[in-house]
Amino acid sequence: MQFALLIYESPEAFATRINDETDPYIGAWRSYYKALVEAGIYVGGDPLEVPETGTTLRLKEGKRRVQDGPYADTKEQLGGFIILELPSLDAALDWAARCPTASAGAVEVRPLAPESKRRIT
Amino acid sequence: MNGSGQENTHREIERVARESYGRLVAYISSHTRDVASAEDALSHALIAALTAWPRDGLPQNPEAWLLTTARHAITDQVRHQRVVLASEPTLLLLRESGAQAMLSTEFPDERLKLLFVCAHPAIDPAIHTPLMLQTVLGLDAARIARAFLISPKTMGQRLVRAKTKILDGGIQFEVPHERELPNRLEAVLEAIYAAFGIGWDDMAGIDQRGRDLAEEAIWLARVLLELMPGEAEVRGLLALMLHCEARRPARRGPDGRYIPLSAQDPRQWSLPLIEEAERHLAEASTHRRTGRFQLEAAIQSVHAERAHSGRTEWAAIVLFYEQLVHISPTIGTRTGYAAAVAEASGPEAGLPILDAIDQRAVSDYQPYWAVRAHLLQRLGRAPESSEAFNRAIGLAEDPAVRQFLLQRRS
Repeated sequence: MQFALLIYESPEAFATRINDETDPYIGAWRSYYKALVEAGIYVGGDPLEVPETGTTLRLKEGKRRVQDGPYADTKEQLGGFIILELPSLDAALDWAARCPTASAGAVEVRPLAPESKRRIT
Repeated sequence: MNGSGQENTHREIERVARESYGRLVAYISSHTRDVASAEDALSHALIAALTAWPRDGLPQNPEAWLLTTARHAITDQVRHQRVVLASEPTLLLLRESGAQAMLSTEFPDERLKLLFVCAHPAIDPAIHTPLMLQTVLGLDAARIARAFLISPKTMGQRLVRAKTKILDGGIQFEVPHERELPNRLEAVLEAIYAAFGIGWDDMAGIDQRGRDLAEEAIWLARVLLELMPGEAEVRGLLALMLHCEARRPARRGPDGRYIPLSAQDPRQWSLPLIEEAERHLAEASTHRRTGRFQLEAAIQSVHAERAHSGRTEWAAIVLFYEQLVHISPTIGTRTGYAAAVAEASGPEAGLPILDAIDQRAVSDYQPYWAVRAHLLQRLGRAPESSEAFNRAIGLAEDPAVRQFLLQRRS
């Protein structure tokens, strides 16, 4: 079964993206990514650009509302996602605990909903 | 009652709860086989104590008071369920000698039976440790879930399922017969060790699961030793955990930095804990029945020697590992063996031991990659070493360990 790891990062963690390659946070992420691939469980995923680059849209009573920035006004923001193929939630939590962002933000583990996908495609 | 008096009473309730919880749950459930209702009844009694004791003063025998109150709670519960007929024997058992129990603590200690029930072969091994922590120590499911990195809801459900199995599956509250004892005891020891959670702790290869529960694991081992003083492996397990616990303060620098065993300052090790571990190990060796935990404790004992001699006798560690791998050829012991051989005879001697381990089995076993990286680095095989460091860093859970390995790699 497939799980999404939703990576929530602090402003400090986002700031490391402008740093050079030798930043330990980036180094830890590179190793984590390799460990996922080598373990044969990595399905896909990507980092997202910083939250300020987001644009949020709503349609209210036929009118478009467009707002600069992310949907939720919280300190920690969605910074990326990873899709993993694993036998159980327990295994997904084990891998989430190894994610470098688990100690610098938060990682939400959520099963993918393949049934819903089947109904709409 | 004034504020500090109330505080004292609260502290007394906590102390009694901690010391008596397992004894009371074990005693009640060994009659009813219903662990869940024994726990419910006891928490009911503890809540009642919070009201009654500050008001009326501490009872002369707090444990007996809790038992009587818990008994009443179960009687009420059974009446509510309107299954009086089926539960008549239970009620009789619970009523028997109720009056005497008020005056004496002379009810038998059934915790040993409860420990064997928790680690019964009919129960999923993954839930043995959580069951012990809950039924013998009274830890709540949320805290156990945190330590084992399982969602609190899932942990709660698994505990309930296991208790239902104990009740419905005909699992007996008994100490196994001589013939089965070694295997059954091994399961109990494994479960206690899993709560301690520190596998093999050199070169930043750490199996950290359950690390918040070290004190609880040592407490459980002490209870088990009290109940089975003649079992060498029980002493071996306690000695092993005490040795590891003795080094806890030395494993982190003042800035939170990870410090591997070889770089630790022995002056920061706890001598009283080491001495206690040595006493248990010496006592265990008089039984002349060696076993996995005694061997692991002996390895830690050699490491502890460095506090006196200033050096580590790696050849002795290799000898103990040879025996350990022979009786328990797990990935963990083989990885430890490889590291010890590399220290004693050079990295080129340790590496083939790692190479012989099936790669698929170690795809998520962090210590293997940490040791492999270290040995390849010492052999000057930089690209391969860097690959192995990547795996070890990617699999590390502790940020301090991750940081340490990142520095080692460069």
